[in-house]
Amino acid sequence: MKPRHLLATALAGLLAAAPPALGQALFWSTQAQPIEETQAMREMVLKGFAGGVDYQAADGGPWLTRLQAEVAAGRGTIAVLGGLHGDFASVADALADLSDVDVAGVNANMVALGRLGGAGQKYIPWMQATYLMAASREALAYLPEGADLEALSYDQLIAWARAMAEATGGPKFGLPAGPRGLKHRFFQGFLLPSYTGSMVTAFRSEEAEAAWEAMKELWRWTNPASTNYGFMQEQLLTGEVWLAFDHTARLADAFNQRPDDFVAFPAPAGPKGRAYMPVIAGVAMPVTAPDPAQSRALIAYMLAPETQIATLRATNFYPVVEVGLPADMPASVRASGPAIAAMTTAPDALPALLPMGLGALGGQFNQVYVDTFERIVLGGQPVRAVLDSQAEELRRILAEAGAPCWAPDAPSEGPCPVD
Amino acid sequence: MPRLLPYLLLLPATAFLVVFFLYPFLLVAIESVTRQGAWSLANYERMAGHWKFSAAFWNTLLLAGIVVPIQLALALTMASVVTGLKAGRATILYIFAIPLGISDLAAGLVWLAIFEQTGFLNSLLTGFGLVERPVLFLGYQNPWAILLAIVLAEVWRATAIMMVILVAGMGLIPREYGEAAEVFGASRWQRFLRVTLPLLRPSLQTALILRVILAFEVFAVVAALGGTQFPVLMGETYNWQFTLQDRGVAAALAMVILAISIAATLVLLRLLHVPKEART
Amino acid sequence: MTAGSSPAAAPAPAAPAPAADVRRAGRWLFRAGVVFLCAWVLVPIYLLMVNALSAPADVTGFPKRLVPGFDPGSLAFFLRFQGVAEALWNSVQVAAVTMVLSIGIGAPAGYALSRFDFPGKGMFRLLVIMTRAFPLPLLALPLAVLFIRTGLDDSIVGLALVHTTLALPFAVLITFSLFSGIPVELEEAAWTLGCTRLQAVLRVVMPLALPGIAASAVFAFVISWNEVFAAAVLTIQNRTLTAFLLQSLDVSPLPLKFAGGAALVIPALVFIFAVRRYLFAMWGIANR
Repeated sequence: MKPRHLLATALAGLLAAAPPALGQALFWSTQAQPIEETQAMREMVLKGFAGGVDYQAADGGPWLTRLQAEVAAGRGTIAVLGGLHGDFASVADALADLSDVDVAGVNANMVALGRLGGAGQKYIPWMQATYLMAASREALAYLPEGADLEALSYDQLIAWARAMAEATGGPKFGLPAGPRGLKHRFFQGFLLPSYTGSMVTAFRSEEAEAAWEAMKELWRWTNPASTNYGFMQEQLLTGEVWLAFDHTARLADAFNQRPDDFVAFPAPAGPKGRAYMPVIAGVAMPVTAPDPAQSRALIAYMLAPETQIATLRATNFYPVVEVGLPADMPASVRASGPAIAAMTTAPDALPALLPMGLGALGGQFNQVYVDTFERIVLGGQPVRAVLDSQAEELRRILAEAGAPCWAPDAPSEGPCPVD
Repeated sequence: MPRLLPYLLLLPATAFLVVFFLYPFLLVAIESVTRQGAWSLANYERMAGHWKFSAAFWNTLLLAGIVVPIQLALALTMASVVTGLKAGRATILYIFAIPLGISDLAAGLVWLAIFEQTGFLNSLLTGFGLVERPVLFLGYQNPWAILLAIVLAEVWRATAIMMVILVAGMGLIPREYGEAAEVFGASRWQRFLRVTLPLLRPSLQTALILRVILAFEVFAVVAALGGTQFPVLMGETYNWQFTLQDRGVAAALAMVILAISIAATLVLLRLLHVPKEART
Repeated sequence: MTAGSSPAAAPAPAAPAPAADVRRAGRWLFRAGVVFLCAWVLVPIYLLMVNALSAPADVTGFPKRLVPGFDPGSLAFFLRFQGVAEALWNSVQVAAVTMVLSIGIGAPAGYALSRFDFPGKGMFRLLVIMTRAFPLPLLALPLAVLFIRTGLDDSIVGLALVHTTLALPFAVLITFSLFSGIPVELEEAAWTLGCTRLQAVLRVVMPLALPGIAASAVFAFVISWNEVFAAAVLTIQNRTLTAFLLQSLDVSPLPLKFAGGAALVIPALVFIFAVRRYLFAMWGIANR
């Protein structure tokens, strides 16, 4: 370990460092981050692309910083970007127009989302998912009488969580309310629209007040460690929680590891319907892509039916184009597929779309719902006062973005109003 | 030449820091006092007006205030133990130094595995029949339990850095000083207090400054154990930068972290002033 | 381990010797303390290894077992993970360059701070401390732009430069406190014996300072080894192991998290083990 020796090693290392692989397209993505999924993306999904793909999954922070740096520097190595609708919303200026990509097979609503409120096609829908409920076999014994798993209501959910807590001595319902959890989607896309039929406009209505009162009641029977939870599959597998709400991809491991022990079913319904929120991931091309033709070829490749099925196996995200699914899908897909179908085709189904036209303010929009939850439910502040003060913040964000309403709120002229 | 020598010695380090720290730092600092291209304090107003800011600020100070003194005492004990050992010194020092190699994330992972409801501590307690059903240690209603868990994890993870600095410092104290004191009948404790500690001052100062600064940047362990219920400044900075995507406010928060770090450093420099004779 | 090291360790059995009793009790206390401290450090590491070496069902089960089930599945998964070997090698290179740079640049600065009084000294110390007191994720964007423009982007050297910025304060401050603890008279004695300033430093000061320099080398290595953010932003094709694993670890299933945690910890432990001797180097001289 003499300094000289070290220096020699270091220099030798420098010379030996592999030159960057030329010709490979760099796929810079916030999706399929868990190492198993990254591995599957590389081995099952992208192997077939001529020229090769270097799939790199990154956390939102580095993903964004890298992209911003390449755009600021005016040249880059990223060929294709992968991310959620929300990831792209804030970087629209960095994305090249993909209007000439053939999206005939893709759902028109999703394609519209990909325009990010502007004229050009900023991203192409790549895969989709949603949120579901999952319960272990133990939990089913406490299902309230008369409740139908396929058509649960929020009141029944509360009664169920309460029955489990009282029978076992500890709350057995869990929400992903930790720093990495997706709790804001539960409030925006499930709870509030189910009670108010709106995500934004009725934010401080009496119905919203009722929704938050219900949330407080539900929280009484929710495992308080939920503020640490990020991926409910973990707590379901450890048995810390028997009943949970989460993103299908974040429940998948529970079904895959112990397929016979867990069931998936639709989100509950409130007075205004069974609200649910889709999740849409897309692929895009940065304006600094080194070889645009190659990038476009890779984007087209991602939409091919075989790629879409392989992607489902790898990531638990569903295809965005019409494909017939083979029978040998992973247990998680077999469990969540019927539940998603039941939820989206239910007579009271109420789709709540992802926020549109908020751009970089999407994160702050989510934060309004998270803050409302933390203040009302965790902080015990009065519901009315919190809703009034958070509504101010919501108005500011919508006005700053100039975003008109999206479903389930009625279309608006100008920024979406908060009544 | 002798008058230029110190500058010559500092030149590489200064040039390095100017290019790789000062230049990007100035860009960020400017960002913190501009809003849409115009000079403004709006970022600081927005930061201070956010309902979580004061909690994050005080939590950060509280955590540093609890953790650093414990670490100082523990590091001094460990360093004395290592220095006092006759045999097996290198092995024990190695064991004490192990947490150095553990990343924040891994440390958070281990301590979460201990404290969570289905964790090792609960396995042990239920195994011995001490509790009937697993205890919830990290629930949001007991902030003190969360604080305790974070303190334990931080003390475990980051004491080694102080310990190794102190061991290196103790190695430079000539043994004759201690022996002379022993001749005059000083007890072990008196020797430690009157001989070792004063002579250790340069190392103590360095260890404390580095540790305090790092304590203000605590983040990963807190997020793992405290979830959303224990906001700290670094976590909020992250949040504003990447989740809320407001780089101006994130820059303002970073300036706050910098300011309290510099304030703490100046206090420590004053308190543990290294006497001139030791320097020249 | 201290048995027989002091004459008082063998008290005469006949003579009542309260002082010896106190000493013996003190020694037992001391030993118990050492054992306790070792356990305090080692138990959490042990638990990490238990989880890393157990089957997934054990990792998620309750009550947890306190002995590993020796199921290499999760660990093996990492080693088969595409590009791990390359990433490991990148990490080692970056850490090695960081170590050499930070000591090569930091030690002269530490020496200057300890031996000279000059205008601007306070400013320099403040600059050094500021480096550590500012959150890196915010600096990454301007740095990345700079790197992409100059072509340093995605290279071992480029990342090592950023990591050196992080490690330099440690190197400067530790070597400063170290040189401060070494009496200047030793150097002066060497000068009178005909040594030049440089020779005096190399032959007299350096041997004494070696443990501290080893300490700052360890820090530099470990800082670089565990750094994720800059690594994730600044390297794309030449990723380091942490950029490769650590950020995806956060979202991976539990058994893989633990296996990944262990896979990252072990090389760092091996490194510290390799240099532990140097932390005590020249102990004899120092203790004269």
